[in-house]
Amino acid sequence: MITINQLSKKYKDAENYAVSNIDLVIENKEIFGLLGPNGAGKTTLISMLSSLIKPTEGSFSINGLTYKEDKNNLKQIIGIVPQEYALYPSLTAYENLFYLGSMYGLKGNRLTSLIKEHVETLGLTDFIDKKIRHFSGGMKRRINLIASILHEPKYLFLDEPTVGVDVQSKNVIIDHLKELNANGTTIIYTSHHLNEAEHFCTRVGIVDHGKLICKGKPSELIFQQEGANNLEEVFIARTGKALRDYV
Amino acid sequence: MYKLLSSTYKEFLLLIRDLGGLAILFVMPLVLLITITLIQNNTFKTLKDSKIPILLVDNDKGPVSEQIKKGLSSTSAFEVIKKASEEEAKELVFKGKYQLAIVIPESLSTDLETKVSENVDGILAKFGLEEEEELNSRNKRVIQKKEVKLYFDPATQQSFKSSVKNGIDKVISSIEIQSIYKAFEEQLTEESSEEPIFATESFISFKEIVPNKAENAIPNASQHNVPAWALFAIFFIILPLSINMVKEKSQGTFVRLRTNPVSYATVLGGKTIVYLGVCLTQFVLMLLVGLYLFPLISLPKIDITDKLPMLLLVAFFAGLAAIGLGLLLGTIFKTHEQSAPFGATLVVILAALGGVWVPVFAMPKFMQILSNVSPMNWGLNAFYDVFLRSVGFVEIIPEITLLFLFFMITTTIAILYNEKKNAV
Repeated sequence: MITINQLSKKYKDAENYAVSNIDLVIENKEIFGLLGPNGAGKTTLISMLSSLIKPTEGSFSINGLTYKEDKNNLKQIIGIVPQEYALYPSLTAYENLFYLGSMYGLKGNRLTSLIKEHVETLGLTDFIDKKIRHFSGGMKRRINLIASILHEPKYLFLDEPTVGVDVQSKNVIIDHLKELNANGTTIIYTSHHLNEAEHFCTRVGIVDHGKLICKGKPSELIFQQEGANNLEEVFIARTGKALRDYV
Repeated sequence: MYKLLSSTYKEFLLLIRDLGGLAILFVMPLVLLITITLIQNNTFKTLKDSKIPILLVDNDKGPVSEQIKKGLSSTSAFEVIKKASEEEAKELVFKGKYQLAIVIPESLSTDLETKVSENVDGILAKFGLEEEEELNSRNKRVIQKKEVKLYFDPATQQSFKSSVKNGIDKVISSIEIQSIYKAFEEQLTEESSEEPIFATESFISFKEIVPNKAENAIPNASQHNVPAWALFAIFFIILPLSINMVKEKSQGTFVRLRTNPVSYATVLGGKTIVYLGVCLTQFVLMLLVGLYLFPLISLPKIDITDKLPMLLLVAFFAGLAAIGLGLLLGTIFKTHEQSAPFGATLVVILAALGGVWVPVFAMPKFMQILSNVSPMNWGLNAFYDVFLRSVGFVEIIPEITLLFLFFMITTTIAILYNEKKNAV
């Protein structure tokens, strides 16, 4: 279970809080979608949960562990799929996965078979010995995902894992995530694809101006929002139509 | 340990996959070493073997100017080209066609002879060997001081000017002394006597002795250059190392590593091992160039007899110091634009402070004090200790200890900085 208490983040020199007083509980085996316009605070929230940035106020625990007390144990049970590809372009897919897997203590035949298994499921077996720099965006996204799940994390954070990929790649990624979830992995992911989130997530939370403005099952939120037929309409109704350009 | 080995292997792969970078890493220091040694060796040879053409305007046309010409030619440093007019010689030098023109004044020979004769007569009269009245009755004329003019190309370096001026001064002094001896001899000997009464050759001469365990081993240009430029190359590792780290940040892989259960020290450890290997390989290549390539291109061969283990030891610790600095810069800097120019300039500054270009003893006092804090100075001293002074292990302990401490301190700062920056 992930428990977030009054979590806030204010960046240095920023006027406003990027994340402000968020309270949230995510149960085990959930697929929780963090939705929101650009600059709403989704990535900041995920970055705090994945130890990349320090909260200004508030606290959180994952599976009862905190970074302050159990940094290494906590890192061992979470997986992070960053928005960037975060792979070494001059290394092959196998070399990237072997190295990143070994950072979780995986080794030998176990690591090799885990790599082969995931690469096969995500349709990349033929490219395992090719350098990442030659991969398409969709292929990189899939390797990026595998690199984060080799150690079979209990909690998986994904920051826009399907951005910029074709429909085929997107479907393969979503199906694989569903399979992981079915095997017990709790998934927290951010996305701008509201249709994808509506069908993929067990629950969603809409974040705007750093605040969690609503949360619930997609069907419940659609039902509660007058005149809404889908999650996108709920989203527009809650966050408005104004452009969210920011620097 | 397994994570460290894995990190090391990854760094090794990253290094060998960048063939262009790898070539630059190994080839450029060798090119630098060969170029500098060729230049320095040729400068030495220029003064020693080949001749610098200089202009001589002889307005005297007497025995003294002949002797000056002979003296200049006998140094085998100059090729004397005669010019008729001072103006022509001056113009050619100012245009940079020649480095130097020497203008010998009119009546130098006769005036010198007269002046010396007068002085000698005066001295002999004091000893009662000549009648003072007879001396006074001679028509004494006022002889103006003579000036040998030297025209230098404005682009000529001060060190060259000084060495030429000293050389010419030596030739002229020798001619003056010879004239004095000759005048005394003429006054004191019978006309018929052919026995010289003075030994006119220099009584005092110099012998260069280098205090060294190896007798008569005078270090050549290669012995000086290989350690100095090898050290320079070793410290240039700062650049690719810090760029490698900055690249990891821009690629996002560093962000991923931060979320992994691996310590920053382990990540840095992998880099240290691989780049230390690079440093040692660079050093061995330089030694090989000094041993086998230098003789083929007419450069003096380096001598590493009985010194190899100590040299590798110094290279090991110098490499560690350089890597520590690279790790620190790579940790602090965020962009390639920050790390590359800063790293390159820092290496040049450290080299200058360390005495790679100008010996530390020739620096101003303040810079001499400052040079004590340059790790390149410690490294260079250790290399010279082994290479040129043939000292034992105990004598280099202070220097290698400083290099090791420098590595420990810079790496610790890098780790602490990273901890502070990324604390959660």
